Amino acid sequence: MLTVRNLRKTFVTPQGSLEAIKDVSFQVEKGEIFGVIGFSGAGKSTLIRCLNRLEEPDSGQIFINGRDITLLAGQSLREARKKIGMIFQHFNLFDSRTVWKNISFPMEVARLPTREIAKRVEKLLEVVGLVDKADAYPAQLSGGQKQRVGIARALAMEPELLLIDEATSALDPLTTRSILKLLQDINRQSGVTVVLITHEMDVVRQICHRVAVMEEGRLVEMGDVQEVFNEPKSKTTQLFLQQMIFNSKENDKNSSSAGIERAFGARSGPCEGAVLIGEVNRYAG
Amino acid sequence: MQDDLWLLLLTGTEETLYMVALSTLLAILLGLPLGVTLVVTAPGHVLPVPTVHKFLGALINATRSFPFIILIVILLPLSRLLVGTTLGATAAVIPLAIGSAPFLARIIENCLKEVELGKVEAAIAMGAQPMEIVAKVLIPEATASLIRGLTLAIITITSFTATAGAIGAGGLGSLAIRYGYLRYRDDVMLATILTLIILVQGMQWLGNRVALAVEHRRYRFK
Ligand SMILES: Nc1ncnc2c1ncn2[C@@H]1O[C@H](COP(=O)(O)OP(=O)(O)O)[C@@H](O)[C@H]1O
Ligand SMILES: [Mg+2]
Repeated sequence: MLTVRNLRKTFVTPQGSLEAIKDVSFQVEKGEIFGVIGFSGAGKSTLIRCLNRLEEPDSGQIFINGRDITLLAGQSLREARKKIGMIFQHFNLFDSRTVWKNISFPMEVARLPTREIAKRVEKLLEVVGLVDKADAYPAQLSGGQKQRVGIARALAMEPELLLIDEATSALDPLTTRSILKLLQDINRQSGVTVVLITHEMDVVRQICHRVAVMEEGRLVEMGDVQEVFNEPKSKTTQLFLQQMIFNSKENDKNSSSAGIERAFGARSGPCEGAVLIGEVNRYAG
Repeated sequence: MQDDLWLLLLTGTEETLYMVALSTLLAILLGLPLGVTLVVTAPGHVLPVPTVHKFLGALINATRSFPFIILIVILLPLSRLLVGTTLGATAAVIPLAIGSAPFLARIIENCLKEVELGKVEAAIAMGAQPMEIVAKVLIPEATASLIRGLTLAIITITSFTATAGAIGAGGLGSLAIRYGYLRYRDDVMLATILTLIILVQGMQWLGNRVALAVEHRRYRFK
């Protein structure tokens, strides 16, 4: 469904040039949820933004259903974008529009008939569970509710491909879980292909079918989620796994009655967590 | 205090409001397209044309660097051409509008630039055209700050009308000069100044109220 071949992107700034994407290739099957995981600065956002040309790749090809997106311009590019939904970390909702009007935006742009728009908005409000918030403004919503609006808006044009850039990174763990569940349900019901980028292992484990690990502009590992996490080959994957084990240990600690005591006790010497965090920081820059 | 005071004040206020209203309207007609073009033609924006962007920026700066009184004198022939006279409120509207349009354009530019680029990108990602992005994203998202900026511009235009009044435009400014200054009518001088203060306070109050009403913020610091 999606094929990316030899994608490259270098940012040229007055401070010098930076190779954000170095020869990236991958394939995503129809109906699949494909995750890209990596530390901050690995190039994940740049990669996903190239897929709908918010970022202009320097070279390489991006085929969506056999059509090379990199060759499009003007109206044909805009038409192609209408079939690619995008969900943002910071939601990017329109504050001057109600929830209803935010969801109708892409359909207004596509000049769908008013009745069709109304029908779809009603349905989407149900799908994302915001029927009672139709007339609310984004300022009146919680983070999770805002992202639900973002999801509804991205689905309005019944996209073939859904691009998700850290959709849950600004949300708490419980809300994250419910948003991921929603995305999973949508994927199962509509069969939409999803490319999702994240720096959270849990996100990948919960909903991705396959995963690619990104490190300094390259995909260093790729495969089924189980496979990659069972036999981690790259440094990044290993660090992610260690961090996850550390997190779950922390959770155990905090839930036990002696948790506080132990947490204070850990201050006396460099604990396992601090060493790991130090390592992660050095590595992620 | 003499009994012609109220009549003088009434006519003066009327003329001032007329000049302010008409020149604001014309300034918006000139300044809005100018401000919008300035924003969207900037490098990296939705319709990047750097040469147009640079040219408009230079043009605006050039117009803005004229002292207003000089601009009026330069534009007098234009007033005569368009209105048939160089005297009176209507004639003053021409230089007032042309003099404040670049200022308004800059204000509009600033307001539109404040709109988070994430929103613009979201619209681009949905396949919106540049003009749709202006009409459906940039302007609606900037409405509250546009109203605040417009209030600022209207108040500046009000003070411009007082300057224009000094050279025959009519209105409260000319009242203050002709009666308050030249004829030593202290009552007219004082009343004119008070009226201008009340007008400006009223405009600011109204602007704040309208801006607050169109804004959908979470926390409303009044
Ligand atoms: N517009 C830009 N100009 C210059 N450098 C950029 C730009 N966007 C991203 N970068 C750089 O590219 C690298 C990858 O960034 P990004 O794709 O945002 O990473 P991630 O999403 O994985 O955190 C970073 O080093 C970042 O500083
Ligand atoms: Mg990112």
